[in-house]
Amino acid sequence: MQSPERRPRGPGLLALADGSIFRGVAVGAAGRARGEVVFNTAMTGYQEVLSDPSYHQQIVTFTAAHVGVYGLSGEDDESRGLQVAGVVVRDLPRRGSSWRSCEPLDVGLARRGVVAIAGVDTRRLTHWLRDRGAQAGCVAAGDEARDEEACVAFARGFAGLAGADLAVAVSRREPSTWSAGTPRWIADLEAAPAGAVDARVVVVDFGVKESILRLLVDRGLRVTVVPATASAAEILALAPDGVVLSNGPGDPAAVTAAIDAARALATARVAGEALPIFGICLGHQILCLALGAATVKMKFGHHGANHPVRELESGRVWITSQNHGFAVDPATLPASLRPSHVSLFDGSLQGVVHAERPIRTFQGHPEAGPGPHDAAALFDRFAADVARVAAARAEGRR
Amino acid sequence: MPRRTDLRSILILGAGPIVIGQACEFDYSGVQACRALRAEGYRVVLVNSNPATIMTDPETADAVYIEPIEWETVARILERERVDAVLPTMGGQTALNCALELGRRGVLDRLGVQLLGASVDAIDKAEDRQRFAEVMASIGLSVPEARFCRAIAEAEAAAAELGFPAIVRPSFTLGGTGGGIARDLEELREIAGRGLAASPIGQILVEESVLGWKEFEMEVIRDRADQCVIVCAIENLDPMGVHTGDSITVAPALTLSDRELQRMRDASFAVIRAIGVETGGSNVQFAVDPASGRMVVIEMNPRVSRSSALASKATGFPIAKVAARLAVGYTLDELANEITGVTPASFEPALDYVVVKAPRFAFEKFRGDPGRLGTQMKSVGEVMAIGRTFQEALQKALRGLEIGAAGLGPRGAALDDEALAREIERPGPERIFAVAEAFRRGWSIDVVHALSRIDPFFLDQIAELLEVEASLAGTKVEALDASTLRRLKRLGFADRRLAELCGAREADVRARRHALGVRPVFLRVDTCAAEFVSQTPYLYSSYEEACEARPSARDKVMILGSGPNRIGQGIEFDYCCVHAAMALRAAEVETIMVNCNPETVSTDYDTADRLYFEPLTLEDVLEVIAVERPRGVIVQLGGQTPLRLARGLEAAGVTILGTSPEAIDLAEDRGRFQALLARLGLRQPENAAARTPEEAEAMASTIGYPLVVRPSYVLGGLAMEIVRTPAELSAALGAAFAASESEPVLLDRYLQGAIEVDVDALADGDDVVIGGVIEHVEQAGVHSGDSASVLPPFSLSPAIQAELRRQTAALARALGVVGLCNVQFAIQGGEIFVLEVNPRAARTVPFVAKATGVALAGIAARVMAGATLRGLGVTEERPPAMTSVKEVVLPFRKFTGVDNLLGPEMKSTGEVMGSGESFAEAYAKAQLGAGVRLPLEGSVALWVPEEEAPALVAVADHLRLLGFRVIASEATAAALRGIGYPVDVLGDRLELDGVTMALAAGREAQPLRRAALARGVPCYTTIPGLAAGARAIQRMREGPLPPRSLVEVQGGVVVDADARART
Ligand SMILES: Nc1ncnc2c1ncn2[C@@H]1O[C@H](COP(=O)(O)OP(=O)(O)O)[C@@H](O)[C@H]1O
Ligand SMILES: Nc1ncnc2c1ncn2[C@@H]1O[C@H](COP(=O)(O)OP(=O)(O)O)[C@@H](O)[C@H]1O
Ligand SMILES: [Mg+2]
Ligand SMILES: [Mg+2]
Repeated sequence: MQSPERRPRGPGLLALADGSIFRGVAVGAAGRARGEVVFNTAMTGYQEVLSDPSYHQQIVTFTAAHVGVYGLSGEDDESRGLQVAGVVVRDLPRRGSSWRSCEPLDVGLARRGVVAIAGVDTRRLTHWLRDRGAQAGCVAAGDEARDEEACVAFARGFAGLAGADLAVAVSRREPSTWSAGTPRWIADLEAAPAGAVDARVVVVDFGVKESILRLLVDRGLRVTVVPATASAAEILALAPDGVVLSNGPGDPAAVTAAIDAARALATARVAGEALPIFGICLGHQILCLALGAATVKMKFGHHGANHPVRELESGRVWITSQNHGFAVDPATLPASLRPSHVSLFDGSLQGVVHAERPIRTFQGHPEAGPGPHDAAALFDRFAADVARVAAARAEGRR
Repeated sequence: MPRRTDLRSILILGAGPIVIGQACEFDYSGVQACRALRAEGYRVVLVNSNPATIMTDPETADAVYIEPIEWETVARILERERVDAVLPTMGGQTALNCALELGRRGVLDRLGVQLLGASVDAIDKAEDRQRFAEVMASIGLSVPEARFCRAIAEAEAAAAELGFPAIVRPSFTLGGTGGGIARDLEELREIAGRGLAASPIGQILVEESVLGWKEFEMEVIRDRADQCVIVCAIENLDPMGVHTGDSITVAPALTLSDRELQRMRDASFAVIRAIGVETGGSNVQFAVDPASGRMVVIEMNPRVSRSSALASKATGFPIAKVAARLAVGYTLDELANEITGVTPASFEPALDYVVVKAPRFAFEKFRGDPGRLGTQMKSVGEVMAIGRTFQEALQKALRGLEIGAAGLGPRGAALDDEALAREIERPGPERIFAVAEAFRRGWSIDVVHALSRIDPFFLDQIAELLEVEASLAGTKVEALDASTLRRLKRLGFADRRLAELCGAREADVRARRHALGVRPVFLRVDTCAAEFVSQTPYLYSSYEEACEARPSARDKVMILGSGPNRIGQGIEFDYCCVHAAMALRAAEVETIMVNCNPETVSTDYDTADRLYFEPLTLEDVLEVIAVERPRGVIVQLGGQTPLRLARGLEAAGVTILGTSPEAIDLAEDRGRFQALLARLGLRQPENAAARTPEEAEAMASTIGYPLVVRPSYVLGGLAMEIVRTPAELSAALGAAFAASESEPVLLDRYLQGAIEVDVDALADGDDVVIGGVIEHVEQAGVHSGDSASVLPPFSLSPAIQAELRRQTAALARALGVVGLCNVQFAIQGGEIFVLEVNPRAARTVPFVAKATGVALAGIAARVMAGATLRGLGVTEERPPAMTSVKEVVLPFRKFTGVDNLLGPEMKSTGEVMGSGESFAEAYAKAQLGAGVRLPLEGSVALWVPEEEAPALVAVADHLRLLGFRVIASEATAAALRGIGYPVDVLGDRLELDGVTMALAAGREAQPLRRAALARGVPCYTTIPGLAAGARAIQRMREGPLPPRSLVEVQGGVVVDADARART
């Protein structure tokens, strides 16, 4: 698995809105792209990150030394296509190797038109972002990288993520069903699927990661995915036994239609039971907003796979995958929501539970993809809630 | 959960002497554990027989016992110290085995002592391969198919079923001893036979081979709330079939996708839970089929290990310290990540750099061994290097090894293609260079992969470096521009390697580089890939854009460490460097440590004020100095490694603290040193230097036989031999001239039967204070590093001792020693000869410090930094309160086809100490500590060269008096009969004669050595050794050996357990 030939690597450049310049070489598509520059500290899982719709309009800097070692596989995309605005790495090796790889990373980036640069002192860049906060940037590869000023200006033209409703942009346009579980070779070690309950969940796609869908299927649930614009009535018309509010990009406060839908779902009943809702990442924020909390933009956010999160009820600490630039301000939580999880890195709110209803949320990524599986139990709990509702519904039918 | 309050006193078991597979990483972990538990307010009792450790310093624990790690001794200590719990997971396999034994013998139950960290059952489940396989099956994990066999025929049947190659592993041996890879039936028979003999229960495992699969190690930590984290995933560059300890390894794992890594993470947690390690660190090893992803578990170590030390250094996460605190009840989230200071220990380190560990071997010392790597570990040390990329880290690691390689320079260029292919397929210690050579010859990645099974990613990384090297051909240094140089440096090329490639001198490359402003920056190992600010100055160099060193403006001193462990330069020197750091810190001098050995205490980020994890080459050290600008550099504590740099540093304008490089040269230059001795009126054995074999033969006849022959400028007595006849001389000259590389070969008159003495001294330029006079048990001719040594001397008259002191002081003064100095003497017929002077810390320093209570290395550091001995209150020698014996351990069991005879070439890997009221008591303990169980009765078999037979009479009499039957080989019996001392003749089966101890001196006695080794019969190779053994046996028959704490050994006040209990 070697890139067809050593590309003549043109110049590469990252220009930040504050005027600072980081140089490298071109490794993906030529051209330029802009977005919010963030860093991700996960050491594996670049394919999952690149294909995660939550990174829409973001330029991702990987802090890991080598990115691309095991190429791109046919199994690891989190959505159809690569979603990031651009990629910045320290090193992209010219030859990778893996039994699962079907394409070298640089080839895949170029083929799918993602501007990427390598050879950058990503540690200096990370310090920069850490100290000054995430900001707009322009990544340029090839001829466009020669004009620094134009790149800085282009970066400054980026509108920013605050106030941006991006979920609609990345969401499916039509409802569809999903039936794929986790690939067999990996599933053999994971929690056995819960007993076959005939239950349906509706996943609202704000830019959903397919790992979420796969873990639901692994638990024997029938999955229907609906667009971000789906109203509560449209969702309830599908007769769900539970609803998942997915992850997604951008500012949660801007996704107003979904906030309204979430508010309605949070009072919905199915067969006399309260509708179970599971909010993940953006979905968590939307649900909190729907019930009256407020969100804030973080300085540089959480992007990594090593974040300790404490589950308040059990006291247990999970190592979790994280990717968010906005957070729910815990001081604004309504009485109906209790904090269920907090970050041990900075004390930020990492999840809530509803005081009376089977409504749970998680700020991090219990579906991993990439990252540890420690929080996967949340799916089991949701599946249990769903099963109870499904049982009640079946009872009612009889 | 807060720490446990039901415990007061905890005993920590060390790992004992340094052996292959168990080195100073356990000093590092043990020290962390002791300090952590003391800081928690527990009373810590430590048992470790190895005096060259920091953990056996009086400051490390509340009570230190330098005693054998053996259940009976430990049981006595448990009783005496009223210990509540034992922490057995810090001292390697030795400590685990001892804990198991204490459990099995009922000692723990009888005394109500708990095991912390891992229970007896958990240890047993992990260690017993059969039980382990069952547990793995129960949690749905696979292990390679295997059959237990008790006879060669059973092994053959198993191999027929599982196919060749087959892996043979003896049950219950340490570090894979006696096992191997059988590629056909013949090899199987041989290895199975060896393995059955090596296994104490006569059982071997014949296992399905997964040779060539990728090999990984996961470092797991679990707390008592059942929270688990992975500190580090380590990938082996050398795939399955090369022991991880002998493999080049890389962190983080690079070729695993997230799915595969998370699967392995889940499996690791499942393993630690199923085995039942309640708290602490464990290491789980996996193999992955590169073609299908199939994953099997290879083994798990329910304790901290060599890899956890590596993982700690690689990530900045101090596994042992954390594990110790988890053992007393804390949970991960209650502990802080000390590097950031703001985040908890419950997280997984994120690395934004690559760490490469490379092993260091010593096959040149064990001629006769085929020198191939396999499932049995053979390396004696390792280096670690940190770079921003794999290529940079690899090149740094290779130059850090100090094997003459500045990078992937040509080695194996002489091999023809066929031999090169074989070298890559059946790896020896230099496979990485053979791989490079293959690429130099234009071999494809596919070809090299098919031979080596090394992952194509790594191969291509290496191939790329070779392409860059090739592109430099014909380039002049002056033609290198800044951007090219920066690119080359970013790939990790050393100035020296660039000089080789451009046909220039290293200094030219450096000058050009500096002129162009191409300089490294220093980055922090921060556990978090820069997500949080790091307060900890743990640094490595790289050619990036922003320097994070932030040096202080304080008065500071740099200490150069000793690099990778090797035979002749091991933990003793790290001990000295650590003491220098402690002493100078206490004196409020800022200390900067530079070293590249991940096993050590010196490379713990909180040993010195600042740590630079860098190769010890002139280039790397000068760049650190350029950033830190220390007042001066200490080079005399880290063995030869820093000493070799002294001249270059001085030439670059760096101040060398202590003894001048000029004086160091003087001691090493034959001619000048001879003149100095003459001036002082001191004697040397007659000697000469020969430039040709003919000259050597002529000179030999003038000096007379026997002679010591040695090449110039080699260390640890490499290729040094004693010859008794002209024929032996001409045989030895070949190797000597080869090793000498155009320098003359040296001939010394061999001082037959001489007593060898080491004297260590401190000097400040005015005063000289003797540290200790150490008499060797074995006669001169056995390398000082391989002899048992005794403090104070047991046979030297006070007059001779006084004269040795006088001569040492005269030499120290004449050389202008400031710091430490070691003189080796040989005494023959009452006459004193100087063998050599080392104006630096010697291997004996920690032993002397433990025996006398004088911290020589720390004092030396203070003196080097400007203090006077008087100012420090060090005015006279402190006589030891008891007798202490240092005994060595030898690695012969790891090497096949090698005669385990002692000679002037050092071969031991480690040492133990025993102390007591008499020489006999101390020696008996030292033997036990070294793993020698001396018999109390039976027959003693003797076999010595004819001329030594008369010297046997005294010891034979003593043994007979003790009730032993004395028998001898035919030749020796004849020789004894000849001098009127008849003894029975030894038959050809030791057990038939009831032999419980042997003496096999000289080359001819090899059959007896072999037979004794195979049957585990204690076997001496010198008459003085046996004589000392006889005295020890006499003492052992008088009753048990009482354990003695270090305070007692050093003559301090002993606080008894009752007094403590009352307070
Ligand atoms: N089934 C096997 N096939 C091929 N190589 C093996 C196999 N089992 C072990 N090895 C090799 O032998 C080495 C030592 O085995 P291990 O079980 O880890 O023993 P130790 O206790 O000495 O670490 C491993 O590092 C691996 O390279
Ligand atoms: N002339 C000699 N007579 C007897 N033994 C000697 C003589 N020279 C050296 N030796 C032995 O060889 C060993 C190694 O020699 P030494 O000069 O100390 O080398 P190294 O630098 O390796 O320590 C000594 O420890 C001593 O036992
Ligand atoms: Mg192992
Ligand atoms: Mg010597």
